[in-house]
Amino acid sequence: MRNIPSRQFVSAGIALILLIVFPLVVTNTFYQHVMIIFFMFAVMGVAWNIMGGYAGMFSFGQVAFFGIGAYTSSFLLIAYHVNPWIGLVIGGLVAGLVAIAIGYPCSNLRGHYFAIASIAFGEIVKTLFNNWKLVGAAEGLSLPMLDSGFKNFMFHASKIPYYYTILAFLLISLIVCYLVSTSKMGYYFRAIKEGHDVAKVLGINVVRYRLFAIVISAFLTAMAGTFYAQYVLYIDPESVMLLPISVQIVLISMLGGAGSVMGPVIGAAILIPISEGTRVWLGHKGTGIDMLIYGFLITLISVYQPKGVWGLFSNLGRGTR
Amino acid sequence: MQQIVNGLLIGFMYSLIAIGLTLIWGVMNIVNFAHGDFLMVGMFTSFWLYTLYGLDPLFSIPICTALLFVMGILIYRFIVSKVMSGPMLAQLVVTFGVSIFISNLAVYFWTPDFRQITNPLLSGTWEVAGILLSIPKFVASIGSVITSLAVFLFLKKTRTGKAVLATEMDREAALLMGINTDRINSLSFGIGAALVGIAGAFLSTYYYIYPQVGGTFGLIAFSIVALGGFGSIEGAFIAGILVGLVQTLGGYFFDPSYKYAIVFMIYLITVWIRPQGLLGW
Repeated sequence: MRNIPSRQFVSAGIALILLIVFPLVVTNTFYQHVMIIFFMFAVMGVAWNIMGGYAGMFSFGQVAFFGIGAYTSSFLLIAYHVNPWIGLVIGGLVAGLVAIAIGYPCSNLRGHYFAIASIAFGEIVKTLFNNWKLVGAAEGLSLPMLDSGFKNFMFHASKIPYYYTILAFLLISLIVCYLVSTSKMGYYFRAIKEGHDVAKVLGINVVRYRLFAIVISAFLTAMAGTFYAQYVLYIDPESVMLLPISVQIVLISMLGGAGSVMGPVIGAAILIPISEGTRVWLGHKGTGIDMLIYGFLITLISVYQPKGVWGLFSNLGRGTR
Repeated sequence: MQQIVNGLLIGFMYSLIAIGLTLIWGVMNIVNFAHGDFLMVGMFTSFWLYTLYGLDPLFSIPICTALLFVMGILIYRFIVSKVMSGPMLAQLVVTFGVSIFISNLAVYFWTPDFRQITNPLLSGTWEVAGILLSIPKFVASIGSVITSLAVFLFLKKTRTGKAVLATEMDREAALLMGINTDRINSLSFGIGAALVGIAGAFLSTYYYIYPQVGGTFGLIAFSIVALGGFGSIEGAFIAGILVGLVQTLGGYFFDPSYKYAIVFMIYLITVWIRPQGLLGW
């Protein structure tokens, strides 16, 4: 048993090296773009997993945190010329505060009720931004062109710096998730997930730990939001606050295997190339056929692989040992 | 006063949609995210029957009902029943997949355009004591109340209805009493879908018809169901009317673009105070 984790670390290391080399070998910008989107959704999947997979709160409103992150940094940059990196931290903190404000009243909700409350939350946030004149309402925000460079979090010549930035974000999220899952907090999360009342009786402050999970998740998701804004340089409520994005995040975690550190990464690796590919190759006609395939895929996964691909791997491993 | 009447008229419609959803939710513990899209299918069925064959929406109600009933049963048989024993997350996500699939199927075949039924049998307005009453909305409300009442009586008075309620209360006990719970599930899913078929036919007389129309209705229906309480038919009925009123009055006193946000706010406040909903247990 002792060499299993180290073997995992070795394979993770190899995967990391391959990912670092990737953009140097594959110079096609479309493939690089797909990888960037893959990392971005992987970050959000990992973030979702902390509250959904570990603490058992199935949020379908993650897109609100994503949007808040994107909007906070962009707005600060446009109105007050705040550096996007500082905007990123502030965006994460704002998302965290909003998470507490919404998470506290929802701290007694379970299962379906929590899921629907999170959808309602996402829709409220979207409606607010759609009507909020200060942040451009439905027209959204266009980011000003700054000098290209790491300091401004803006790169015009190539996608490669974006690629490494979001890869670094993904590593940070994975480390956070790993630390959480192996800490006492992680055990509390799982205890709450398995039995809300039992955890309470055992003396775990359920409300506090659920809030911890939501805040961590919100911060990481907002980080991805700022990245998206800096990458695309244009945001509006329809692009950063749509319910299908939340669903995509949930799906990624579910497909990969909720409640495992690497699960969402695997889920994103499978799903994002498919959804980006069908969008580019079939979606431009506006016939909805890309979404048709996507919907079909969701149904298929839920019916045939509901425990996720990660579960499949670990089952195989157990079988051979 | 006009606003209150408008609120009631839309509220009765919401009630009917939400009753179908709460039935499915209560019996199977499944949140049907495709519910709004079922509604859309009902509306399009009625639209095409009118456009192609000149059949008035009022007369296509039985066809919509039957079609949606069959569709509901098929979706239960081939998709939903397969995830019933799976993890809860899969149960939540699967109907999202169905929803995206159905609405984009409609986009594929019928384009995302907005359509409307022009000059149906029911049109125009009455003026009663200074209040304008849209005839299609009024008839739709009456139809919705009658249907809701029929569902209620079916559940309380008939043997099958009682079996549905028993399954809702305690699945295992119902199974031990010799109730075929799988058939009850299938039946409830069919009825739930058929109810939005009726709602869809009524709505098609005065509402725009487009593939994404189900989205908003579906989301509101969830709030209503959770507001009224898990699986409670009476709760859904009352909450539907309440939401209709809140939405219209809220839109009137604040800003129409915030009306759905207000509905969701009310929902969040309610579940904060009473997590099980108004009439839930």
